[in-house]
Amino acid sequence: MSPKPGNESATLPPLAGRSGRWYSLRLEYDSSRTRSPWWTPILSVVLALLLCAVFIAANGMSPLVVYEKMFRGAFGTSYGFTETMVKAIPLLLCGLGIAVAYRISVWNIGAEGQLTVGAMAATAVTIYFPGLSSFWSITLMLVFGTAAGALWGLMTAVPRTHFGVNELITSLMLNYVALLALDYVVFGPWKDPKGFNFPGSPMFTAAQSLPVLGSTRLHIGLVFGLVAVLIYYLMIRFTRWGYELRLIGANPTAARYAGIHIKKHIIIVMLISGGLAGIAGMAEVSGVTHKLMQGISPGYGYTAIIVAWLAKLNPLGLIVTSILFGGLIVGGYSVQTIGLPSSISEMLQGAILFFLIAGDMIHRFRIRRSA
Amino acid sequence: MDFTTQLLIAAISAGTPLLLATLGGILTERAGIIQLGAEGLMLMGAVTTCIVYIRSGNLILALLSAVAITALLGMVHSFLCVTLRANQTMSGLAMTLFGSGLSAYVGKSISGIPLPGSLPKLDLAVLKPVPVLGELFGRLDMLTWFSLLLVLVLHLLIHHTSWGLHLRAVGDNPATADVMGIRVQLIRYCYVTAGAALIGLAGADMVLAYAPTWNEGLTAGLGWIAVGLVIFARWNPLRALFCAYFFGALDSLGFRIQLLGSAVPSYFLKMIPYVVTILVLMYLGYRNRNKPSGTPESLGTPYIREQRF
Repeated sequence: MSPKPGNESATLPPLAGRSGRWYSLRLEYDSSRTRSPWWTPILSVVLALLLCAVFIAANGMSPLVVYEKMFRGAFGTSYGFTETMVKAIPLLLCGLGIAVAYRISVWNIGAEGQLTVGAMAATAVTIYFPGLSSFWSITLMLVFGTAAGALWGLMTAVPRTHFGVNELITSLMLNYVALLALDYVVFGPWKDPKGFNFPGSPMFTAAQSLPVLGSTRLHIGLVFGLVAVLIYYLMIRFTRWGYELRLIGANPTAARYAGIHIKKHIIIVMLISGGLAGIAGMAEVSGVTHKLMQGISPGYGYTAIIVAWLAKLNPLGLIVTSILFGGLIVGGYSVQTIGLPSSISEMLQGAILFFLIAGDMIHRFRIRRSA
Repeated sequence: MDFTTQLLIAAISAGTPLLLATLGGILTERAGIIQLGAEGLMLMGAVTTCIVYIRSGNLILALLSAVAITALLGMVHSFLCVTLRANQTMSGLAMTLFGSGLSAYVGKSISGIPLPGSLPKLDLAVLKPVPVLGELFGRLDMLTWFSLLLVLVLHLLIHHTSWGLHLRAVGDNPATADVMGIRVQLIRYCYVTAGAALIGLAGADMVLAYAPTWNEGLTAGLGWIAVGLVIFARWNPLRALFCAYFFGALDSLGFRIQLLGSAVPSYFLKMIPYVVTILVLMYLGYRNRNKPSGTPESLGTPYIREQRF
């Protein structure tokens, strides 16, 4: 029996949708929430591990075994840990450079090339000024390496400021140019005549090598990195230049009206960015490989982009993330012993970046009831 | 065959993957979304083609799966950039990193194995007697024909249909488009996905027509050159054709100079495409400094509809 007309409101629930039922919930973008929370980096690492576990499992391996192997390889032994630190040095230096440039939205992805030319310039010192004392050869290598990296950065900055060319493309093209130049010198003019036809420069002498800690491979480049981080922090925090940089980063239009010369700042940050990567390259040849050879960088310049992003450009965060990613690279090598390619670590890096940028944005959405 | 015909053929075969990737980039960016993941998408397209082709022996299936996988990645990119309004530059970089890592990982097992076949060619008996063209057209494969057709179709689509008008509106002024009743987000999703699939097809073409075996990092920056070509071509499919073939010619010219026994080390010849990309972009930037560059006006800015409470 149907209820009498006019009696529905007493027996049926009120009309849904307009009056705040659960299905009238909706996502709403809150543009005031620009500060990203501290937990997105951690969450993105966890989610990336989960995603890549799917690919590893699909390949017939147990993700747990693989990850455990990676972790042990990177942090489990004292040898592994110093290796991780050795890898963290170029990541810290390049990541710092990228962070400086990113402060004012200059997208330097050319750290790989800047590192390579830094390594080449440092090697040039050993080849053209062979008999210098330890102090002078190291100093000269450092100066040449920094200058070469800075010059490579300048070659990205000037097309941007004076010709309006997107720095992403320029810096990346220059990476390929630098790697080809490296191939040229190690196969050509700088090839070691006593090297059994192996492509590479002659071994550096002890005077041309950076001091190391005890019997490990951990070299003084770590100090360069830490000092650079300290200077970065002090500069950004307490100098006029740092203030201007923060202002441009926060609001470029306002900065321009305030009379800040943005083009000049772009050139300065690219010089610093390239110079730091150049130091990283110098430290690699002089502290780790002790000669110039092909594949001097296993993609440090690209990994450093994620290092800088994951650290949210924070100096202390940079130290933590570069150690984490140094571990990821070493862990990537250690899975090769169980027959897996080391590209596993690159895949993880890409996935971390995906989740990081997604997490930073998801946090800006709020669940709201429509009125 | 004379030198010119040889160079033309080489330019077209090296230019086709560039053309496909550039067209994919144009579609994506016309909708207002920056696509910097081209390198990773091409690698994923290439590795998928190789794996499926080697395992199944079916060319069509291989091409379809390459398109499907990269379209899926394109959807991830659109989800991040359109729905979540994430940083488009970083999303593209993540795509490139993830794509090169994943392709190296899954491609390890088939690395160096030659593909079971290559792309079928169209036999045009009618054109055979024509001096240069006959030789040329007889050598074009299926994907090259497809890319040529696509140039025409996209040109007509973008400039002469109402769909194209909607696309341009979404890329130039999404707010107005929204007011006009155009579904901005849906259109962006569609074109970003389609663009990514085309870039994936470019990767497939690289392995099928150019280097018939998978190697880690096989694209060697070609995806990035395609990102540059999108700017050269000023987001215009017809110009993309000429730009891509110009670069194809440059690429093979270096190789040919090497074959002729030039004294210049091959490393410097290999630098030509990269250096020329920078120089041409600088020239275009200088020439167009006071003119509109043809950039979709809202490229890179996520669209946020005014909120209603």
